[in-house]
Amino acid sequence: MLRQIEGSRAVAETVAVCRPEVVCAYPISPQTHIIEALGVLVKSGELVPCEFINVESEFAAMSVCIGASAAGARAYTATASQGLLFMIEAVYNASGLGLPIVMTVANRAIGAPINIWNDHSDAMAVRDSGWIQLFAETNQEAADLHVQAFRLAEELSMPVMVNMDGFILTHAFEAVDVPAQEDVDRFLTRYEPRQILDPDEPVSIGAMVGPEAFTEVRYLAHVKQLQALDLIPDIAAEFAEAFGRHSGGLVSPYRSEDAQTVIVALGSVLGTIKDAVDEVRAHGDRVGVVGIETFRPFPAAAVRGALEHATRVVVVEKALAPGAGGILARDVSLALAGLPVRTHAVIAGLGGRPITRASLTELLGAARADRLEELTFLDLDRELAERELGRMAAQRRSGPIAENVLRDVGIVSARIV
Amino acid sequence: MDGTQSLFQVRIHGRGGQGVVTAAELLSVAAFADGRSAQAFPSFGSERTGAPVVAFCRIGDHRIRTREPVTHPDALIVQDATLLHQVDLFSGLGAEACVLVNSSRSLDELGLGELTEVLRRDRLLTVPATELALSHTGRPVPNAVMLGGFAAATGAVSLASVTAAITQRFGGRVAEANASAAAEAFSSVRLQCEELARVATD
Repeated sequence: MLRQIEGSRAVAETVAVCRPEVVCAYPISPQTHIIEALGVLVKSGELVPCEFINVESEFAAMSVCIGASAAGARAYTATASQGLLFMIEAVYNASGLGLPIVMTVANRAIGAPINIWNDHSDAMAVRDSGWIQLFAETNQEAADLHVQAFRLAEELSMPVMVNMDGFILTHAFEAVDVPAQEDVDRFLTRYEPRQILDPDEPVSIGAMVGPEAFTEVRYLAHVKQLQALDLIPDIAAEFAEAFGRHSGGLVSPYRSEDAQTVIVALGSVLGTIKDAVDEVRAHGDRVGVVGIETFRPFPAAAVRGALEHATRVVVVEKALAPGAGGILARDVSLALAGLPVRTHAVIAGLGGRPITRASLTELLGAARADRLEELTFLDLDRELAERELGRMAAQRRSGPIAENVLRDVGIVSARIV
Repeated sequence: MDGTQSLFQVRIHGRGGQGVVTAAELLSVAAFADGRSAQAFPSFGSERTGAPVVAFCRIGDHRIRTREPVTHPDALIVQDATLLHQVDLFSGLGAEACVLVNSSRSLDELGLGELTEVLRRDRLLTVPATELALSHTGRPVPNAVMLGGFAAATGAVSLASVTAAITQRFGGRVAEANASAAAEAFSSVRLQCEELARVATD
């Protein structure tokens, strides 16, 4: 049944119908509403049997999830930004041990400068951690991806991260059909662990592995990621059949079949991009968009298949590798190796800067006119940056950059709109 | 195909503690109850009591895909008149836009007389929402009340759905009191609209 609810609420209710047995998380904006709602569902007795464990940090949250999962429980957590970084050692351990934990990341920028708003820096910081990383475009998809995530995680015995844009999705009210308990029960059968800490059949999990086998264990982690490339579309198809709507998969093309210029992006900005594509199409330009639903494992073949006919690919991404440029753009370029397709990286929406349809249509115009460089910063206030560069050139003790720039902008503390 | 045509976009201004974000959410729930497609979201600040807060709501007949903030609103709800000369409230307003200000004073008293040069007089409306909230609920929280006035001012949502959204959100006596305050705000704004229409035809 469609209801007009907050994205966080939809995700919490969906996680609940997936019947997690252990939920352990530490609050951080913009993830908080998800965890609060789950806490209430556990406390009120609506979600049973489930233990909601309060801990003192994100590091502890992931560590508890590891313990719970190793003991055979279906385990869930959620975090964002600095919280994800704080738990990063345990994040690698969860995947290294092959434990099917599901985690929501309410994507948010990473400091310094401290910033609570949305971008994809957090997800990108753990892109090589061995977790499967899925990205939601809407709150419906965010909800649906969690059902698929538990299924995927448990079939492969590896952890899955569902990324949803912080605030933009987590705090947005829109219509969502939260999957019904009986449908989820049919789709997501009982968790049968591949490995379990069982006093009756004792094993140890977490052996030290030296040079004699470390490469092989890592190779197997890679092979499992590649298996996910086959499994993800199957699970998405099965989900569509069971729930009557499409969510997830590897890539999602929109009006890109005959497009000369194709934008590639992750997450909720795909909606605004689709509006921009429609506007530009109405003027006769053949443009389209391909959303990356699964970022890890990177679906290189699917990306290549969706883009090989294009003359130009514009990767709009909410993260930056300083000194290198785009992150997603590099993966896309590699997927297109050997094809006569030009790839451009566009860094956009950092730290919550809105990505507007106006800027996107302008961007598509620049692409068409061949004015797009290899790396662009969308809506960059170049003059503001130049002023600080000037100060740095003029004096040794130019002071802290963030404070200087804020003073130039004329605000003392961060504020938006 | 283009999901953004036929969109009615609302921007709500107020201060932390006045329920600005909740107002946008309630508005989207009311529009949904009317069978429309709706999206509400806050301006993503680290809100503090008393600080200026902005929230947005879009109402349409197709799935709403865009995620950008509302920069060209069709309607503006101002929950706190003390913001009028502090924040650039009227940025991006088109000539046909509707403005609803929480105040018991007139436009001239509020120093908004000049607005009639750029906006239609019959779409510049005030409603004493804080007073109505105080008398009905005993608390000076104007958000739900203003939505009753908004329903009368724009017709973008029905009063019945505003009431339903309030009931669903708050429940019990708080809901009843807010709903009756919203109904009074609806009548007050409708009366104002009728008077302005009479003035326009005279």
